[in-house]
Formats: sequence, C-alpha cells, structure tokens
Amino acid sequence: MAKSVLVDLTRCIGCRGCQAACKEWNEQPARKTVFKGEYSNPVRLNSDTYTRIRFSEKDDKGRPVWSFIKEQCLHCVEPACASVCPVAALTKTPNGPVVYDYDRCIGCRYCMLACPFQIPTFEWESARPWVQKCSFCSERINDGLLPACVKVCPTTTMFYGERKEVLAEAQKRIADNPSKYVNHIYGEKEAGGTSWIYISNVPFNELGFRRNVPQIRLPDLTWSYIGKVPALFGVVLIAGAGSWIITRRKEAEKKEEQR
Amino acid sequence: MKNNHEIKLMTPFTLLLLFVIGLGAVLVIYRLANGLGAVTNLNDDFPWGLWIGFDMLGGVAMAAGGFIIAGAVYLLNMKKYKPILRPAVLTAFLGYLLAVLALMLDLGQPHRIWHPAVMWQVHSVMWVVAMHVIFYTMTLAIESSPMLFEKLKWQSAVNLVNKIIVPVVLFGVMLSVLHQSSLGAVYLIVPGKLSPLWSTTFLPYLFLVSAVMMGLSMVSLETTFSSKAFKHKTDTGIISGLAKGNFIVICLYLILKLFFLVKGPGIGAAFAGSKTANMFLLEMVVGIIIPLVMLSSGSLRRNLSSVTTANIMVVGGVLLNRMNVSISGMYGFQSSTGSSYWPSLIEIIITLAIVALGIFLFKLTAKYLNLFPETEMEY
Repeated sequence: MAKSVLVDLTRCIGCRGCQAACKEWNEQPARKTVFKGEYSNPVRLNSDTYTRIRFSEKDDKGRPVWSFIKEQCLHCVEPACASVCPVAALTKTPNGPVVYDYDRCIGCRYCMLACPFQIPTFEWESARPWVQKCSFCSERINDGLLPACVKVCPTTTMFYGERKEVLAEAQKRIADNPSKYVNHIYGEKEAGGTSWIYISNVPFNELGFRRNVPQIRLPDLTWSYIGKVPALFGVVLIAGAGSWIITRRKEAEKKEEQR
Repeated sequence: MKNNHEIKLMTPFTLLLLFVIGLGAVLVIYRLANGLGAVTNLNDDFPWGLWIGFDMLGGVAMAAGGFIIAGAVYLLNMKKYKPILRPAVLTAFLGYLLAVLALMLDLGQPHRIWHPAVMWQVHSVMWVVAMHVIFYTMTLAIESSPMLFEKLKWQSAVNLVNKIIVPVVLFGVMLSVLHQSSLGAVYLIVPGKLSPLWSTTFLPYLFLVSAVMMGLSMVSLETTFSSKAFKHKTDTGIISGLAKGNFIVICLYLILKLFFLVKGPGIGAAFAGSKTANMFLLEMVVGIIIPLVMLSSGSLRRNLSSVTTANIMVVGGVLLNRMNVSISGMYGFQSSTGSSYWPSLIEIIITLAIVALGIFLFKLTAKYLNLFPETEMEY
C-alpha cells in the first residue's frame, strides 16, 4: 500500500546523515561546492543530489534559532509531473513513490515546469541528459526495506508507514503538544496531498516552504481542458463542414440565377 | 514552368541570411555535442527559456494564418483571399517545421522526438500538443504540395490533392483550433507559479484568439512585403479585408483580457509598478490597444503604412505575450531561491538562425515554385 513519511522538523539536528546515505545508495558523485554565506550544502537540489538539509537561521531576541529542513521529492498523491509527462516517463506507483523511466524520457522538462515544489532536476552538463529526482528508494520499499535516508537517521526525525498512519501520527503529535507545534501539517492538503508530510515548531512560511502551492489536485486543472478536447474537435468539425455546405449551396444558387 | 525572374536570389540580404544560418548550424552542432548547459542559461529553476517561449510558442502562433486563410477560402468560399492562400499555408508549414526544429534542439534527447507517437499519455497537454504537431505538419505538407507537383508536372498528383483538399483543410482547421489552445493549456498546471496577470483557466482560449490576431497580421505583412520584394501589385482589398477581420478579433481579445484582469488579480495589479506588471502593460498597450486604434476606421484600414505598423505591433505584442506567459510571468516564482535567467548569446543566435532559415526557405519557394499564382487555381 501507499507508503508515506512524516518529517518532524523539531527532531532534526542537521547531521546530514540522510544526505550522505542517499548519495551512497544512489551512487552519486560529490560536486565541487560553492560558499553562498549559509550552511546549506549544496545550495540547491541538483542532478547528483536527491535530498539535502537546508539550514535556516533565525534571530530570536539576540539568540540564534536553527531549523533544519529536509528537502526531497514530496511524492504527491496526484503528481503534476506524472500527469504532464507526454510519454509517461514519470508514474505514481501503488507503493507511493513517483518513479522515473529512463527508457521513455525525451528530456522536455515539462515535469520540472509543472512541479509546484521545483523538485525535478536536469543533467545540464551532459549531452545525453536525464531528469533526476528522489525515487523514495522505490526498489528498497518494494523489498520491504526502509528508504536509505529514513534508515540512517539517528534522531527518528522521519516516521515511515502507511499514509493514513503517518497522518494520524502527525495529528497526534500536534494534539499532544499544541504549544510546541504550529497547527499545520505541510503536505496534508498542499498540491492535493503529498506522501512526504512535515510538522514544525516554526511557521512553514518562515522556513522557506513554498506558500502559494494550490491546495488542489493539480492534474485536474489540465484535465478540465483535455476532457473538452473531443467536444471542441466535434464543434469545429460541425461548424466547418456546415459552413462549407452552406457556402457551396449559395454558390450553386448564384450560378443558377446567372443562367 | 520557368523560375520567377523577378526574384533575385543572391542579394546582400540573402547573403546575410545565409551567414546567420551558417553560424547557427555550427552552434547547433556544438549544442548537440556538449549539451544544453554549455550553450544556454537554462537551469533547474528555469527549465524553459527563449527556445520554448519564442521559437515554439511564438512560431506556432505565427503559423495561424495558414488555417485561417485556408478555412476562409475553402470552407467559407471567400474567393477574394485565394491569391494569398499559398503564401499563408507555406508560412504555416515553415513555421511548424521550424518550431519542431527548435523543439528538437531544446529536448534533452532529440532523437526520441517520436516517443509521444507510440508512448501515449492522454492526461498530458504536451502529448496532445505533440499529436497535433505531427498531424498538422502532415496536413500542411498536403496543402502545400500542389506547388511542388506543378513544378514536377505531376498533374495526376495535383488532381488528387484537389479532390481531397476540402476535408484536408477542414481537418487542418480542427487541429489548429485545438493546437493553438493546447499551447495555452500547457500553463494550466502552474497556477501557483504563473503571475495572476496571465494565469486563468481561460488561458487556452486566450492563446487561440491571440494566435488568430497574429496569423492575420502575419498574412497581411507577408502580402505587403512579398508584393514589394517580388514586384507584385499590393491588393489593398485583401489588406483592408484582413485588417477589418483583425480589428474584430483584437476587440474580442481586449475584452477578454480586461475581463480576466478584473476577475482575477484586479486592475490595480497591472499598475503595481513591478517589472512583471510593466511587462503586462507593455503587452496590452503595444500589442492590443495601439493597433486597435490604428485599425479602427475604414480609411485607416486602407492606409497601407498604418496597417503595416499595426500588424508589426500585433506580431510583436503576441510574441511578447508568449514570452510573458513562459518567462516573465513565472520569473517571480522561479527566481525566489536566487536563480535567474536571461537567454545566452548562443540561444539568441540559434533563434535568429531559425528565423533566417524560415525567410530563406520562403524566398527559395517564391523563386522556384508558383507561390503567387496569377490565375485562379481549380478546386
């Protein structure tokens, strides 16, 4: 059944063990880093980095307050990326992961455009580039194992299970500790619901989470148009054929009169 | 059939075109060998840039004249426009071929461009777009083929095309209406990313209406320019007729744009003073309001220079609209984590080379094929 993960941001200590484990499991090379005046490294998810910890430093009356935000594909319940892919290279599997099929991809990058979280990345430096993103360790899940990042986390920041259980756990933690947590489960409704959800002690908009993510299933937006395509086709056909018949008849009448 | 001797092939302008095409060809080889990162300024936050915004979205909108004139002549029996049928259809054909060329350069795996034809995904607008491109390019090839068959003296082939032309044109109109609107539908999935100045569920139909504007303007410009270049007499009846049609379409577009501005973010959003808002205003004023005024009376529509200026502004305005939807309107969201995008010099040169190739092929066809038939065709 559809697996899900709760990320409890209050538990993360920013050790980046998940980041290293992910690279190791996916056999991705290190990249030369750039210093941009912050601790997050690399500065963005890229085609060699499926997950990273973003460091957020806030000032609370002269005292620094840190938050560590785990970034990876959120594996939407109804993923926009999979719905827009013209060759079905991205698909939502029954187990939860949104997975990528190298044999189909044409490299159009519509998935990157459509993703409300800016997650899929591209191998810009390659002459035969692929789209890259977290696979939710699909093969590991299929074999009954934990995703690499979840497995390695030393502080149980990530709670793994069925989406229902995971949502219930998030609700329970907030209910048990309402003064600690903000009353918002990020990913419960965002983009129509995601497989990876977050709870936090700091409001999500202060942590750089995307705020203007529509709270609807995004593929429905496109379907509202595509569903009409056959009807539109028919309307144009009837209008076109109709006007041809009428103008031809008029022409014939004219010729008749001239005679 | 003899060549069109009025048309000189080896002019300084043609040499310039060939130079730009040659430069573009070298850069295309470099792009294929080294990947998109080496030649474009695209990045993970800006996956689409100039080649999609200008070459693809703009090129296809520019081609709309083909289905409008074909439909007017064959389905609505407006015989007046028959002299411009061939150039209009040829422009559409070249527009589609070049848009496909640009798309191939933009794809990570260009050799897999055929995948959508066999790997179906009916929920994807991009798949719908791909199928339209395949079928409509074939349709346009059939519509333009009599020119070539006449040259080759294949009379039976000409007769065959003339026999099936009405259903072919009707199919072409159906595909075009769907295709132009589908390109707008590509952006339905990003309501959180695209500025509300452009984002509306009506976007597909706005793309359709503006493509009709651009198509009419392109056909009109072509008629004017080619009659100058190829020393034909400009038919002012055709020009003013196209201008009148365009006036009505631009009116409709303005009403729709204002309606969705008021219904969506409100009029104030257009005057927010931000770069995005200013781009919206520029598109509205240059591409819609000024040309509308310039085409507003019968005497203005008979004035060739007034119509030409208005046409250029419409074409520029719709091109700007496509780039606003695909780049400016998304810029705020996509740059929010510090990324930026401005097309690289190579992106610009390759785009210019594609445009130059279009003009050169048009000229070549005008010289060697019967693009401007003096006598009426049979149909």
